[in-house]
Amino acid sequence: MSDFAPALQAALTNALPGITGIERLTRLSGGASQETWSFDALCDGKTIPLILRRAPGGTRVASETSTSVPLETEAIAIEASRKAGVAAPRVRHVLTENDGLGQGYVMDRLTGETIARKILRDAEFDTVRPDLARQCGEILARIHAVELTPELRKALPVVDGPTQLRRYRDMYDLFNYPHPVFEIAFRWLEPRMAQAKRQTLVHGDFRHGNLLISPKGVEAALDWELTHIGDPLEDIGWICTNTWRFGVQEKVVGGFGDLKDLLAGYEAAGGGHVSEDEARTWIVYGSLKWGVMCMSMYQGFLRDNSVERAAIGRRSSETEIDLINLIIRGKI
Amino acid sequence: MLELVKAVRDFVEQRAMPELKGHTAFHARVAANALGIVARELEFGAASADGERQRLAALLGHDGALIDLNRELCTAIRDGKMGLETPGLVDHLTTTTREKVEIDQPNYGGLKRFRAG
Repeated sequence: MSDFAPALQAALTNALPGITGIERLTRLSGGASQETWSFDALCDGKTIPLILRRAPGGTRVASETSTSVPLETEAIAIEASRKAGVAAPRVRHVLTENDGLGQGYVMDRLTGETIARKILRDAEFDTVRPDLARQCGEILARIHAVELTPELRKALPVVDGPTQLRRYRDMYDLFNYPHPVFEIAFRWLEPRMAQAKRQTLVHGDFRHGNLLISPKGVEAALDWELTHIGDPLEDIGWICTNTWRFGVQEKVVGGFGDLKDLLAGYEAAGGGHVSEDEARTWIVYGSLKWGVMCMSMYQGFLRDNSVERAAIGRRSSETEIDLINLIIRGKI
Repeated sequence: MLELVKAVRDFVEQRAMPELKGHTAFHARVAANALGIVARELEFGAASADGERQRLAALLGHDGALIDLNRELCTAIRDGKMGLETPGLVDHLTTTTREKVEIDQPNYGGLKRFRAG
C-alpha cells in the first residue's frame, strides 16, 4: 500500500459519496514522469474497480517525438467520447491541486485483454476475432463524430496531415542518415495528405496495447495521450499499419481483420464512405512514421547500448519493404 | 569471424537461454537475433553493398562512397529531380530493400508478401 492512499480516498469523497476505504493499490506501469495505478474503492459495502493515471510531479514530461496532451485534457476527451457513445472508461474524478496528488485522473477499471499475442492467438478470442475489425470501424466512426465543443477546441491541439508529415520529416532529417525509400514515401504522401475531407477528434494511438478486448468484443479504447484534432483517416491507417499485425500479414486490421470490414463498420456507424485507396495513403503514413520511430530508437541505442533498441532500429528496413509493397506494388 | 559469431549465437540460443528467466531470457533472445543479423551481414553484406553502389553509380552517372551516393539520391528525390518514373530507380530500390531485409529480418512477413509478386 502506497502512502498516498489516504489522500486518494479524500480526493474521491465527492465523486464517490460513501467511500470508506481504498484497497489493493498497485502500480501497473509508467515512466519517470507518469504512473498508472490499479485500486479498489470500497463504497457502501461495494467494491469499485478503478485506475489512477497521474503525473506525481504535476506535469507529464513529453518525449521529443510526442504530442502528448496534459492528463486533464486526456480526461476531457475520454469523457466527451464516452458520452457520445464511444466505448471508453468512465472518468470518475480529475485531480485538482487541493488533492495534492499531482496531475491526473481516476477512471473505471474495465475487464479485458490488451496484449496482442493473446488476442490474436488464444482460443477464448476465436469466436470474437472475426468481429473485431467491424467493431473498430464503428468505434472510430463514433470518436470522429464527437462534437468539437469550445471546451474541446480549446484543450486539444490541431495536428493535421501536413503538420504530422513535416514533424516526421524534421525528425528524419535530424538523424542525417539517407533512406531513399523514406524520401520516396515523403514525396508520395505530400500531395495525398495535403487536404483532409474532414477535421475531427482523433484518438491518435488507436492500436494493439490501447484496445481493451474481451471475448465479447472491443470493450474500450484506452490511452488517449496523443488525442488531437485532425484528419480522421489517421486512426484508420494506424491500426492497419503492418507493425500492429504482429506477423498476421493478411489480416490488415491489427492482425485480426479485413480492411473492408473496418470500413463497412465505419460507414454503417456514420463515419461516411472511405475508399481502400484513401486508407492506403494513411497506412503508408503509418509505416513511414513507424520507420522514423525505429530510426530514433536506434539513435537511443547509440546513447544507452540497450540490445532491444538496437534490434528495433534494424527494423526500419522492414518498414521500407512495407512502403515498397504499399506504394510500388499497391498491396495493402 | 563468421564462424565465431555463429558459435556465440548458438551458445546464447541453445545453452544460455534455457537457463534464463523473464526479462533476461527475452533480452537473450533479442541478443541472439542481433547476432544472427551480424552473421548474415558478414556473409552477404559486402556483396549486397557493392551491388547497391554499382546501381547508384549508374543512376547518378558517377561513382563514389555508398553513403555519399545515397545522400545524393535522397536529395534528388526530395527536390523532385528523380522519382518513381526515373528509369531504373524502382528496380534499384526494390532490390536494395529486399537484400537489406534478407539480412536484417529474413522471416519478416512483409518480405514474404513482396516475394509473392
